[in-house]
Amino acid sequence: MTLLRLEPRGEASRAMVYLTPLIAVALTLVSGFLLFWAMGFDPVKALHAFFIEPVSSVRGVGELAVKATPLVLCAIGLAIGFRANVWNIGAEGQLTLGAIVGGGIALAFYGEGGWWLLPLMIVGGMVGGALWAAIPAFLRIRFNASEILTSLMLNYVAMHLLNYLMHGPYRDPEGFAFPESRLFEADAVMPLLVAGTRVHLGSLFALLAVAGGWFLMARTFIGFQIKVIGLTPTAAGYAGFKQTRIIWLTLLLSGALAGLAGLGEVAGPIGQLNPTISPGYGYTAIIVAFLGRLHPVGILLAGFLMALSFIGGEAAQIALGLPKAITGVFQGMLLFFLLATDVLIRYRLRFGAKTAPKTIAGRAAA
Amino acid sequence: MNRRTMGKTLAGLAAGAAIMALGVGAADAQEKLKVGFVYVGPVSDHGYSYQHDQGRLAVEKELGDKVTTTFVENVPEGADAERVIEQLATSGHKLIFTTSFGFMNPTLKVAQRHPDVKFEHATGYKRAANVATYSARFYEGRTVIGQIAGKMTKSNIIGYIGSFPIPEVISGINAFTLALREVNPKAEVRVVWVNSWYDPGKEAEAAKALIDQGADVLSLHTDSPAAIQVAQERGLYVFGQSSDMTRFGPKAHLTAIVDDWRSYYVSRVKAALDGSWKSQDTWGGFKDHMLFLAPYNPALPKEIVDAAEKTRTDIMEGKRHPFQGPVKDQSGKLVIAEGKQATDEQILKMDWYVEGVQGKVPK
Amino acid sequence: MSADLALIGPVLAAMLTAATPLLFAALGELVVEKSGVLNLGVEGMMLVGAVCGFAVTAQTGSSSAGFAVAALAGAGTAALFGVLTLLLLANQVATGLALTLFGVGLSALIGQGFVGIPIPDVPELNIPGLTDLPVIGKALFGQDVVVYLGLAMVPAVHWFLYGTRRGLILRAVGENHAAAHALGYKVIRIRFLAVLFGGAMSGIAGAYLSLDYTPMWAEGITAGRGWIALALVVFATWKPGRVLLGAWLFGGVTIAQLHVQGLGIDIPSQLLSMLPYLATVVVLVLISRDIARIRLNAPASLGKVFHPDA
Repeated sequence: MTLLRLEPRGEASRAMVYLTPLIAVALTLVSGFLLFWAMGFDPVKALHAFFIEPVSSVRGVGELAVKATPLVLCAIGLAIGFRANVWNIGAEGQLTLGAIVGGGIALAFYGEGGWWLLPLMIVGGMVGGALWAAIPAFLRIRFNASEILTSLMLNYVAMHLLNYLMHGPYRDPEGFAFPESRLFEADAVMPLLVAGTRVHLGSLFALLAVAGGWFLMARTFIGFQIKVIGLTPTAAGYAGFKQTRIIWLTLLLSGALAGLAGLGEVAGPIGQLNPTISPGYGYTAIIVAFLGRLHPVGILLAGFLMALSFIGGEAAQIALGLPKAITGVFQGMLLFFLLATDVLIRYRLRFGAKTAPKTIAGRAAA
Repeated sequence: MNRRTMGKTLAGLAAGAAIMALGVGAADAQEKLKVGFVYVGPVSDHGYSYQHDQGRLAVEKELGDKVTTTFVENVPEGADAERVIEQLATSGHKLIFTTSFGFMNPTLKVAQRHPDVKFEHATGYKRAANVATYSARFYEGRTVIGQIAGKMTKSNIIGYIGSFPIPEVISGINAFTLALREVNPKAEVRVVWVNSWYDPGKEAEAAKALIDQGADVLSLHTDSPAAIQVAQERGLYVFGQSSDMTRFGPKAHLTAIVDDWRSYYVSRVKAALDGSWKSQDTWGGFKDHMLFLAPYNPALPKEIVDAAEKTRTDIMEGKRHPFQGPVKDQSGKLVIAEGKQATDEQILKMDWYVEGVQGKVPK
Repeated sequence: MSADLALIGPVLAAMLTAATPLLFAALGELVVEKSGVLNLGVEGMMLVGAVCGFAVTAQTGSSSAGFAVAALAGAGTAALFGVLTLLLLANQVATGLALTLFGVGLSALIGQGFVGIPIPDVPELNIPGLTDLPVIGKALFGQDVVVYLGLAMVPAVHWFLYGTRRGLILRAVGENHAAAHALGYKVIRIRFLAVLFGGAMSGIAGAYLSLDYTPMWAEGITAGRGWIALALVVFATWKPGRVLLGAWLFGGVTIAQLHVQGLGIDIPSQLLSMLPYLATVVVLVLISRDIARIRLNAPASLGKVFHPDA
């Protein structure tokens, strides 16, 4: 029928698992070259600014880690939920609540902190995110309300709640009525891990989350249950796995990790509460989760790649005056190639007509 | 050594010197001052960030042989801001304008690491040896348009679309209301907050809601021209914000308060070039050309335009203050006594409404 | 109070127009999801539609041409999604989100020359007699043509899905693609057409914003309405009639909270701004309690990859 078609492989190709991202990057470089050239920019310089310049200094690599940290933290939690068919779209709101609760603790104990303050904030951030995620979990289990809608709507509610707090209770009393909190004191700030960068304790948590996520999914019975429920819910039912427990667990876990990400932002690079904590990390993390094929290590790499595309866009703006809009188009292309080439893992590209028409067999079976 | 070779050597030396001179010249040309601008919105917003970019273009136009400029648009006011400012500083920019309030603390953090770089932060209140601040007294413009509104309204209800309840917006509402009620004591102001700087749909909805409640003149402190279009469609009046929005509603648009950073940016870049730059706080009004009014609508009666112009020149010459006592708050409490004027600090921290504004400041 | 009563008409009118872009985008997405495909790129397709429609209207002066091109542009953007997810079997959730990122950038790029330009207005309906009716006349009979087109799409989509053979096939594909394929239906072609339809509807929704609701182009003019449309499909439990209810509920509460502010009632505006979202959640909870009914409506193959040989 068609000249080019896909033929399923007997089993997933190990080689392609590692090759496809390289193919995608190569395709992105070629089409990026054409895009920048067509827009009248020096393509070599633009690609250099995008991919090389941001990582050509210690500080730059550190920035990459800072940017990737909230993405990875959110994505690890989301991916575990997605494996169980729990569609949490609300990481953005859970991140915000983590910042509201954890950051609120920093403000509540302003001036009377001690070594215990930061650990308390971290716990508070995780609890805040988890509680916000508990709402969709409860509504799904008790009232059968789709978590896609409830978690998404709660993102907006969280945004307005933060806005309300920033104009009211959280406002810096000496801040000329601007919607910003006090700067957190030293006891309430994430310690830096690498001198000369902004890499903070949160990045370590992100790595721990990667390791923990891998362990949970690959080595525990709960992880096994999650996978079974995601693949064949009916079989899981026969096996006696409780779906409600998995819904609670995955939502609370992803909420806590998103909350930790939010706390990490306010107690890390921002150092205070303000109305714009996240430029959409909770949404971008969904892409990161799938780009990483829902695998913790894949997510780590995807988080870095995504962070690079953001930071590279800024570098290209500064170095060449490349408009932000082109960055968005380029980012989209990069993602499309990455997602599209994944097909090669389980399918082969074949030219020419089919050799064995399967439809007949299919018909007979039906 | 004969004369020929001697001559050659001399020529060579001369040539070498010439090359060196050229080299120095070329280096000079490369040593143009690099000036960076950080915007919170897209340069194409035709509002806040657009007006800042007009300032940058004025710098290019006037000092293009001595400076090069760079801008970064759509920079979120979270963790990203510090990185962008840092990147500008490390890539050789020696003067950096950060043009939104949320960039205040990131600017100070970067400034601490780069004492050789000069920073200018818009609308903030924290300064350092290498961080200056600047803002415009937008409320001066509000006094003039409030007065016009008081004379143009028939329903005595004025609709006011607010972005966020920060002092800049609230002092604008108050200056507007004071001037409004000076000429028309029966008039009142109704405020709707859209909790966004730029959401045309929501701004249009707010404009419609206010008109449906009887407002026949609108004022806005959000950046899109959506409310202008609504007023034009409904045959009412409106004042533009940030830039001249006449083309979106030629009949409805009475005038606009236009941000004008051109002369400030040019003067600060000049100061950086000639070494006279120092950290300071600039809070300029009509007098300092930091804002101006868009051309008045030809439909405005001459006596109203004359009165508005008198108010504007009185403010410029210091004969009139937008917050001239007695000023009472909503509860009737005297906040600014008879014969007194609001201090800059009172205006900068304003979080209360004057008499004549409906509703409460959201807190 | 009579003054408050007089507000009913204007509030209704504003509600109808505020609901219109949500209605178009959500009905389009509903058909896509009924065919078993989840396209989260509604916001991106709306933006591309908005800018292309605006550009054409600004050049030609014709808003009908603008809407037509917006539908094509939306469908074109959706085609990209279709190729990636249906032919190359890419993950639908991630591709949809990437489509939104892409659409935001592309629309900003196309729109660079069109910021700050005014365009001619879309004509409004005026039925002598009906439009002049007190209180509700203007609201019900004095809107732009597109508003009525949006309303007409509700029964049209319902009729297509439940009253035609093609609709039945589309639903079958969404329920069980393997069985539909075995019966000889071209699963990928049917889904691709549904995706194109969804894109066209999103494009029109975007153009309604840039040509009609607020006739201007600005980056990100959709301001998250694509996401609300996605939520409304879930809210509606995949039923066209309920999409209309959801759009009215969301639009109505949005308008009402602005009126509450204007009347000077002492509730912080940030909390009032939460109301449309909270109301949607609360009503969803109320209508979702019947587990069996919802399960029957959600397409069983939603978001699952299909390959004829797999």
